[in-house]
Amino acid sequence: MKTIGLTLAILFLSFSMAEAQVSPMVTIKGGSYIPLYGSDSSQVKVSTLKMDVYPVTNQQFLDFVKEYPRWKRSNVKGLFADKNYLSTWKNDTIFGQNFDKDAPITNVSWFAAKNYCECQNKRLPTIDEWEYAAMADEQLADARQKETYNQYILSWYETPKTNTNKIGSTFKNYWGVYDLHGLVWEWTGDFNSVLISGESRKDVDKDSNLFCGTAAIGATDLMNYAAFMRYAFRGSIKANYAMRNLGFRCVKEIPNEEL
Amino acid sequence: MKNQLSCYSHTHKVIYSLIVILLLFSSCKKAESVAENSETIKTHGELVATLTSPPNVPRSVGKRAAKKLLVNMEVLEKEGTMTNGVTYNYWTFGGSVPGSFIRTRIGDEVEFTLKNHPDNKLPHNIDLHAVTGPGGGATSSFVAPGHEITFSFKTLNPGLYVYHCATAPVGMHIANGMYGLILVEPKGGLPPVDREYYIMQGDFYTKGKNGEPGLQSFDMQKAVDENADYVVFNGSVDALTGDNAIVAEVGETVRLYVGNGGPNLVSSFHVIGEIFDKVHVEGGSLVNENVQTTLIPAGGAAIVEFKVDVPGTFILVDHSIFRAFNKGALGMLNVTGEEKKDIYSGTIQEGIYHPEGSGIQEMPNGKKEVVAVETVKSLEEQMTAGKQIYSQTCFACHQAEGQGIPNAFPPLAKSDYLNADITRAIDIVLNGKSGEITVNGQKYNSVMTRQVISSEEIADVLTYVYHSWGNNKTVVTTKMVNTVKNKH
Repeated sequence: MKTIGLTLAILFLSFSMAEAQVSPMVTIKGGSYIPLYGSDSSQVKVSTLKMDVYPVTNQQFLDFVKEYPRWKRSNVKGLFADKNYLSTWKNDTIFGQNFDKDAPITNVSWFAAKNYCECQNKRLPTIDEWEYAAMADEQLADARQKETYNQYILSWYETPKTNTNKIGSTFKNYWGVYDLHGLVWEWTGDFNSVLISGESRKDVDKDSNLFCGTAAIGATDLMNYAAFMRYAFRGSIKANYAMRNLGFRCVKEIPNEEL
Repeated sequence: MKNQLSCYSHTHKVIYSLIVILLLFSSCKKAESVAENSETIKTHGELVATLTSPPNVPRSVGKRAAKKLLVNMEVLEKEGTMTNGVTYNYWTFGGSVPGSFIRTRIGDEVEFTLKNHPDNKLPHNIDLHAVTGPGGGATSSFVAPGHEITFSFKTLNPGLYVYHCATAPVGMHIANGMYGLILVEPKGGLPPVDREYYIMQGDFYTKGKNGEPGLQSFDMQKAVDENADYVVFNGSVDALTGDNAIVAEVGETVRLYVGNGGPNLVSSFHVIGEIFDKVHVEGGSLVNENVQTTLIPAGGAAIVEFKVDVPGTFILVDHSIFRAFNKGALGMLNVTGEEKKDIYSGTIQEGIYHPEGSGIQEMPNGKKEVVAVETVKSLEEQMTAGKQIYSQTCFACHQAEGQGIPNAFPPLAKSDYLNADITRAIDIVLNGKSGEITVNGQKYNSVMTRQVISSEEIADVLTYVYHSWGNNKTVVTTKMVNTVKNKH
């Protein structure tokens, strides 16, 4: 009896290992949340969808590049990726020595990330979808009020060189998703809808839901600091940027009949 | 299409500027004179700016003409030392806190390139208070990691200005060390002096409280509450003490470029034992004379000048004095040269004053016996702990290498007095000491107060002292300290 159980377990294990190649996904149950520091009136609805459990890895992206040679470093068009694109790789098909195959891919542009997801029949998450899933810590779907949650994120922002750590090395959140915080920044489909001009003090006065935050910068809104930094980061990048601390993961919509 | 768009907006800009200029000319004749003068200064040639890290400043502009000045500055996020045993992830302009000193003259056309290192996690920008323009340059310098950006400005007003990062969340970027000073000298430069130094105060907010060892992360709540753990000059507690003290010789004139990065606290800058002959108030053109303490706002600066007349160690403090002695806002200026007794005599006589006779000095303590709880520490652990206690408690008088201060505080290095009698040494730390003693052939007549530290701490610090600077390597235990304690 025991042996059967063990064999099954091994079978299951090897099965899920093989599965890892196509990237496991989990369901994020939809709902609404208030992004950054909007008022109650600016609740945003997020639909139920599936999200990659891990960020896309070096190995997975290498496989992708091999399959779609237009994304090789030597082939890629400057319009779609700047000179830093895969710049840590040894050549077109071997990634850098200091990089683990299971570490998240970085130095990829938005165009490359978007196309990667499309080729898996997936897409990049929107800012709202990403932020919604990333509100969770181990226990709560929305942990933004928890001091430990915010401290974790803020201290990650201050820790150098986390991009070489392996996927899964941070915590598994409420939804079963790993590494939303603690490894790398992640591309979102609509990152450039963020209206940060670089003059953040001015942005605060902007009459938009995202940035009418003057009154909200109070002691009770510490959670916004971490979010603010993400929004600032997104505001500073362009779609052809390839950056050392910026990777991505994909999501998949769930057809209505499955819900 | 994009090109057309940007051309279009450019035309608009030109039109707006024309309108602004027209308005200026027609309505505001008085304001015109100053601004117009510096605006019309022509630049001759190019120059790559020399940038220096604190406490150094680049050479004066002297008589050079206004130039196109190329400034290259790199943003680095890196770990550094806050104080012994405590590290912090600093965000820096040019690798130091405060950031590199930029020296320009009026009329310079500064072409500023801001580079954000690829290893950095965050976008940054720079707001220079010397810039006349939106955001002080912040709007034009927002740059993602792994990228660089260039903008230019003309220096219109002479003075000493703060620059800082203004990326969201602004407070955090500043709290992590992203500030520095840019000097705009008048034509011909500031009058020459013998020594110039660059000092900038900043407040830091750490998860652990002051002195708690290890890598400390930024604490947002404390920053919001303005409850600083460290208030320091030049980014760390020992940036301007011990070997890092700034120096001058008797008779020299010293000019300090003093800034305050904040993010929260205002500095009451004071040099103990000096009077500022001149202060460029708030870094501007107003000069005040004979100033004891000058106020430096967060995001502001001052230029102070004084002549050093007598030798000694002059302590730079924020005269909100708990910051100086408990949070680190303390620096040192070592002046060497000949004594001038007519200006300062030094101590002529000293004794202990007991208004109620020599009896009660503290609340009587019912039970005197101290229970010995012996924790066994390795020598290495004692040394580490001892070093930290030394730097907090003993360092100010006995100095970094135990060398003491001649005529004032006896040396602990290779000290015959110390090595001769361990019980006496413990007793002095426990109960203080006054009166004449002879150490290494030199007479000292001074006062050491009793030290309010635990027996274990005394054991550690004495073990550290006995194992340093050529002393006899005695291991002092908590038990030995308690034995001495209980004798009284």
